[in-house]
Amino acid sequence: MTSSGPLIEACAVTKRFGGVCAVDGVSLSIRSGEITAIVGENGAGKSTLVKLLCGVHRADEGEVRIDGQAVAMKGPADALSRGIAHIPQELELCDAMSVSQNLLLGSEPIGRFGLIDEDQCLRQARNALEKVSLEIPLDVPVQDLGHGQRQLIAIARALDGDARVLFLDEPTATLSPVETSILLEQIDAMKTAGAAIVLITHRLAEVEQVADRVMVLRDGHPVASLAGDEIERSEMVRLMVGRDLEPIKEQETTSGEVRLLIEDLTTSAHPDPIHLEVRAGERIALAGLVGAGRSELLEALFGLRDRTGVVEVDGITVPPFDAARSVEMGLALVPEERASQGLALQMTVEQNAVLPGIHRHGRSFGWLKRRAGEEVAKQLVENLDVRPAATDLAVSDLSGGNQQKVVIGKWLALHPGVLLLDEPTRGVDVGAREELHQRLMQLSKDGVAILFSSSEMEEVLALSHRIVVLHEGRITGTLTTSTTSEEQVMALATGGEPK
Amino acid sequence: MRDERKLLGILGVLVAVAMVTTLFSPSFVSAYNIENLLRRSALFGIIGIGASLVIITGGIDLSIGSLICLVGCLTPWLITVVGVTPWLVVPALLLLATLLGIGHGMLVTRLKLQPFLVTLCGLFIYRGLTRGILADNTVGFGTEGSALRSLGNGRIHLPGIDGFALPAPLVILIVIAVISWLLLNRTVWGRHLKAIGCNETAARHCGIAVDRVKVGAYALCGLLTGIGGLLFVLDTGSAQPSNFGNFYELYAIAAAVLGGCSLRGGEGSIIGVLIGATLVQVLRNAIVLIDGIPHSSEFAIIGGIILIAVIADEAIRRFTTTTKSLKE
Repeated sequence: MTSSGPLIEACAVTKRFGGVCAVDGVSLSIRSGEITAIVGENGAGKSTLVKLLCGVHRADEGEVRIDGQAVAMKGPADALSRGIAHIPQELELCDAMSVSQNLLLGSEPIGRFGLIDEDQCLRQARNALEKVSLEIPLDVPVQDLGHGQRQLIAIARALDGDARVLFLDEPTATLSPVETSILLEQIDAMKTAGAAIVLITHRLAEVEQVADRVMVLRDGHPVASLAGDEIERSEMVRLMVGRDLEPIKEQETTSGEVRLLIEDLTTSAHPDPIHLEVRAGERIALAGLVGAGRSELLEALFGLRDRTGVVEVDGITVPPFDAARSVEMGLALVPEERASQGLALQMTVEQNAVLPGIHRHGRSFGWLKRRAGEEVAKQLVENLDVRPAATDLAVSDLSGGNQQKVVIGKWLALHPGVLLLDEPTRGVDVGAREELHQRLMQLSKDGVAILFSSSEMEEVLALSHRIVVLHEGRITGTLTTSTTSEEQVMALATGGEPK
Repeated sequence: MRDERKLLGILGVLVAVAMVTTLFSPSFVSAYNIENLLRRSALFGIIGIGASLVIITGGIDLSIGSLICLVGCLTPWLITVVGVTPWLVVPALLLLATLLGIGHGMLVTRLKLQPFLVTLCGLFIYRGLTRGILADNTVGFGTEGSALRSLGNGRIHLPGIDGFALPAPLVILIVIAVISWLLLNRTVWGRHLKAIGCNETAARHCGIAVDRVKVGAYALCGLLTGIGGLLFVLDTGSAQPSNFGNFYELYAIAAAVLGGCSLRGGEGSIIGVLIGATLVQVLRNAIVLIDGIPHSSEFAIIGGIILIAVIADEAIRRFTTTTKSLKE
């Protein structure tokens, strides 16, 4: 292990998309045996910088050097052959293929007659899973697994290769606390073994915990480079946002009428009957580990999954498995994966904004009312401060945080009485998260009942009045947020008794 | 598991159709008819395998019928009219078919054109070319090339069995099927082919040379179509450019889809394609044999049966996933 020069470095790289400068003259050196974190708000240019270093994009100015040599990489395959692995934020797995096939995709061991050596495959796959402490059968299709397990498989795959440099884009965004700590340990072990690791994350606590160096980006510019003791949370936030964030103060809201009533609800994921009430102005968090059945519960309430039992909105019974009817009755669901479930990515902000209520914004005989659609989109962009503030932009051109604002905004346009949110701020930066939280608090002041799930304990504690903890599809406890602690929630989430 | 259940379903349909046909027309199980059926099924099985390789990548090949016309008409024309030796004609035409397949693949991967459009143009171009070259005249082998023709119409007598012989194309199909099965299920190339169909971005991120694998699929489809075109004309003995191979791409695609290929890509099995190809041929045969079915409505009946099979497949899939989740 020679730590003489940097393994890979960016030298004053600049990348423009159209007229927008996504990355502007950034220099960054990545050395073996170090964990480098890149932090910044959404749209600060983190992902673009990584894509430049991984050969996905080519720099307009400046150059990328590997082992001191300027290189022009031809794509992910070329980068991989140079020992540079990239795990993107949006998971890329072959859903219909098995765990072991996914783990060894692109590096299948070849046995006799040029055929795949299946025994060797299974051995290597088992080893790879051991590294991330994941115990699952190797022959199940990955589409049958939960999000956290899929994330670990993607990471196990990269760990298994001969990668010298590993770029991880929001690796822990979907992981439970236990899985997160396993992953961070694993990353630390790889670093000790001499690998160079680059971490892009919004979870600054993790940065504080593991990073040796931090690069802070703002609007495509390098704002600061921190090392060692300088890596401190409030400092990073200040540098990222360019101002000090004030902690949110909320006036006491008085809970009103029961808006969402759940009685005797069971689904294929929830064996025991579930009872729950959400009142006007109340925000209830669903906490639990990956696989606890939080998403499934929200989907069943919204009518995307079959269920038994009674669900009432404002005293009126909602028929099961009928999302269209649920929308009419004032339910809205902001789904977990915005790219695949929340947005039509190629369509514009305006087209996305009117999707849920398209018949309401329309006129008779199914003709679209263009003016009304423009109005809805304009309000959305204004109310949620979507940047850039254009309604005719394809949603895929927006950053993750702004995409999430569009997903939430398109439902708010319908003025739902009950808002269900699944991981409302996943992959959203601190600034945008604060805005979204404030927006949700405003909504409950206006009398909306909010039920949300979150894997981030901080968000659960900051945003909820009550916390419903699930473990393997069963409610293991209901806590009042003001009098509870992280430890209590965790104890219930892992199936234990509260202390 | 899923694949096997699919195979059982389509096999069940095949057996049911065969039994119903036998009930209405006992001559269905005559040695002569079975032999013919096997020959036709084998020929369509070969092009079905070609089509399925492209379908697994998430693509489609609509030019199969026209390419069969090109190869099928040029073979007798080159041998009897131009006077080229069959030893040169066969490899040259198979090479041509492979190169055209590579051309499709390059247009799809390099220029990012949609497979549907690329091969739709192929469908027009190859038939037009053939009709132009031959001025719409029917060409046949006459008395020539009888040794070569035995590849298509040859019968391999089995010891001790009279009246039934193995059709030569069936033997060729078996060889092709075994190689394709190994290629698809046991080699890295086959694994990557499925991965591309499942999730092309994921495949790229794993460092798979997506473009090269895809071009390979189109090339193999071209080669198998070329072999099919050759065998078809060797079997029939003559070809008319305006209708030779008409709609064969649809029979090939139908065989692939009935056999479990998803048009979304990523799924497909060689054995399934063989069963699918046989089912389509049994249906065509049944329409001829059973009295009272107007022959001219062949397409309507085939289309209807395929639709029913696809609906049944979807229904079974939903039923099994519901019971599975209920059990859990």
